[in-house]
Amino acid sequence: MEENDNIAREQRLTELRREAERGGEVKGRGVRPRGAPFPMASPETGYYGLPLLKQPSWTWEVPLYLFAGGAAGAAAVVGAIADYTGADRKLVRDARWIAAAGSVISPALLISDLGRPERFLNMLRVFKPRSPMSVGVWTLLGFSTGASAAAFAGFMRERYGPSLPIRVLENAGQAASLAFGLPFFNYTGVLIGATAIPVWNENAGDLPLHFGASGVSAAVGILELMGHEKNRALQALGMGAAMIECWEGWRIESRRQPGLDPLKHGTTGSLIRAGGILTGPVPFALRALSMATRKERSRRLRRMASLSAVAGSLLTRIAWIQAGHISAQDWRVPLGISEPSRPDIG
Amino acid sequence: MTTTAFLTDSTLCIGCKACEVACKEWNNVAEDGLDWSGFSYDNTGAVGHSTWRHVKFVEHSPEPGFGGNAPELSSWGFSSDVCKHCENAGCLEACPTGSIVRTEFGGVYIQPDICNGCGYCVVSCPFGVVERNDDDGRAFKCTFCYDRQKAGLVPACAKACPTESIKFGEFEDLKLRAKESVRELQGRGMRDAALYDAAETSVGGTHAMFILRGDPRSYNLPLKPEVPTIYLKKAWTSSALAAGLLLAGSLLAFLALPEK
Repeated sequence: MEENDNIAREQRLTELRREAERGGEVKGRGVRPRGAPFPMASPETGYYGLPLLKQPSWTWEVPLYLFAGGAAGAAAVVGAIADYTGADRKLVRDARWIAAAGSVISPALLISDLGRPERFLNMLRVFKPRSPMSVGVWTLLGFSTGASAAAFAGFMRERYGPSLPIRVLENAGQAASLAFGLPFFNYTGVLIGATAIPVWNENAGDLPLHFGASGVSAAVGILELMGHEKNRALQALGMGAAMIECWEGWRIESRRQPGLDPLKHGTTGSLIRAGGILTGPVPFALRALSMATRKERSRRLRRMASLSAVAGSLLTRIAWIQAGHISAQDWRVPLGISEPSRPDIG
Repeated sequence: MTTTAFLTDSTLCIGCKACEVACKEWNNVAEDGLDWSGFSYDNTGAVGHSTWRHVKFVEHSPEPGFGGNAPELSSWGFSSDVCKHCENAGCLEACPTGSIVRTEFGGVYIQPDICNGCGYCVVSCPFGVVERNDDDGRAFKCTFCYDRQKAGLVPACAKACPTESIKFGEFEDLKLRAKESVRELQGRGMRDAALYDAAETSVGGTHAMFILRGDPRSYNLPLKPEVPTIYLKKAWTSSALAAGLLLAGSLLAFLALPEK
C-alpha cells in the first residue's frame, strides 16, 4: 500500500517536471511559479520567485464601489453648489438622485464584498483616523444618510408641497451630503494608496486627485446624459476634470520606477491607458470641439464626451485594482531587487 | 509590563517542520493540500491563512562546511517564518473593526469574533502574512499563541522545536541574546550571520526576530519593509486638494456661467 503511494508520488513529480519543461508552466493547486527551469532562492531571485505580498482578497464589487462612490460623491457636491448658487432646479434634482442612487448602491457593494457581510456593523464599533477604511466607512455612513434624506425630502416637497420639517430635512440632508461628499468622492485613492502594494503606494500622492477627477468626470457625464448637455457650468467642470486626468496620465507615463510596471505593461497597462485616454484627452477634445460648433452637433459632441468619460472612469477603477493584483505578485519591487521587467508580468 | 518575542535562529534549524505541525495541531488550522510544489523541497511556499509557521528551504550551491553536507552535495539553509508581530503593525493600523489588537504580550492578534473579512489588513501587511480564508470569510494569521501565553505556556511552535532554533522569551532579553549569538556565529567564521528585526525601518522592530545567513531576500524578507501609514500624509493632502478643487471649481463654474 505504502509502496503504491510512493510510486504515485514519484509519477506525479515526473509529470510535473515534464509539464514544466513542455509548457513552461504547471497547472494545479500548490504549483505556483511559472517558467522552467525554476529559479533558485537567492538575493537576485528572492525566494524561488514566489510573491512576497498577498494579492488583495477583494472581489468584483470593489472597483464598482470605487466608481459608484466617486460619481455619487461628486454629484452631491455639484448638486449642492448648484442649489446654493440658484442654478436650474432640474439639475439640482437630478444630481440629488445620482447621489441618492450611489448612497444605496455603494454600501450594498461594500457589504457584499465582506467575507462576513452579516458583521458589517462591526465597522461602526470604532473610529480609527489612521485607517482609511475606517474613515471611509464613517464618511459613507454620513454621506448615504445625507444624500438619501435630501432626495427623499425633495421628493416629498414636490409631491405634497413644502412644510417646515420637510424643508429642514432637505436642507440638512443636502448640507451633510456636501460635507461628507467632499472626502467621499476621492477618499478611495487614499484607501488603496496607503497600503503595502507597491503600484498603489508609489502613487499615494496622486491617486486621490486622480480618482477625484475620475469621479467628477463620471458625475458630470451622467448629468449631461440625463439631459443637461447644454449646461455651461457642467461643461467647465467636465473640462477641468479632463485636464486633471491628462495631467495624471502624464504623471504615470513620465515616471520610471519599476513599481509602476503594471500601469504600463501587459493587460493592466492597456486598461490603465484606455481608461486614461477615455477620461482625459478624448472628452477634452470633444468638449473643445463642441464649444466651436452649434446646436444639435454641439450637443452630440458633448454626449459623446460624456459617454467616453463615464466609460473611462469605470475602466480606470477596474484597471487600478487589477494593477494591484499584478503588483502584489511581483516580488522584485518589495524586495528591492532591480532587474529588467519580467516578460510574464501581466 | 515586559513583552515577549520569538527569536528564530536559522543556523540551528534542521527543516523538520515540527513547528508547522505543532502550530496546526494546537490552533486547529485546516489542512491546505499535499501537492508537490515542483521547484524545491518546500511544498508549502509561504505563510498564509492556513499556515502560520512556514519553514523556508533555501538551497545553496555546494559549499564545503555549509550545512554539514558532503562537498559535492548542495547545502541548505532553513528558516522558520512567522508573523513578525511588528511594533508599528500595518494590519493593526488598517483594521476598521478594531478586530486586530495589540495584546499585553506585545503580539498582534486578530479577534476572530470581531473580524468581518473586509480584507484591508491583507493589503496593509508589508510582509505578506495576513490572508483571508475565502471559505471562512475572515482573515487569519499567527496568534502568537495568545491563549497559551495567557496560561503561562510557551507558543506551540517554540515548544515543539527540537533544536531550540525557535526561542521564546522576554523581548529585551531575547534581543540581547540575539546580538550575542550573532557575534558568536561571526566569531566562528559565519561572517554573513546577521539579525533581521526591521528595527531601522518605519516598522520599528518586530516581536519575531530572525538570525539569518546571507541576504534576507533569499528568504523573501524585504530589506526595507514599510508600514503603510507612512503614505497617509501624502494621500490625504492629495485628497484635500481634490476636494478643494471641486468645491472652488463648482462655485466658480455656476457663478460665472449661469444659465441664460
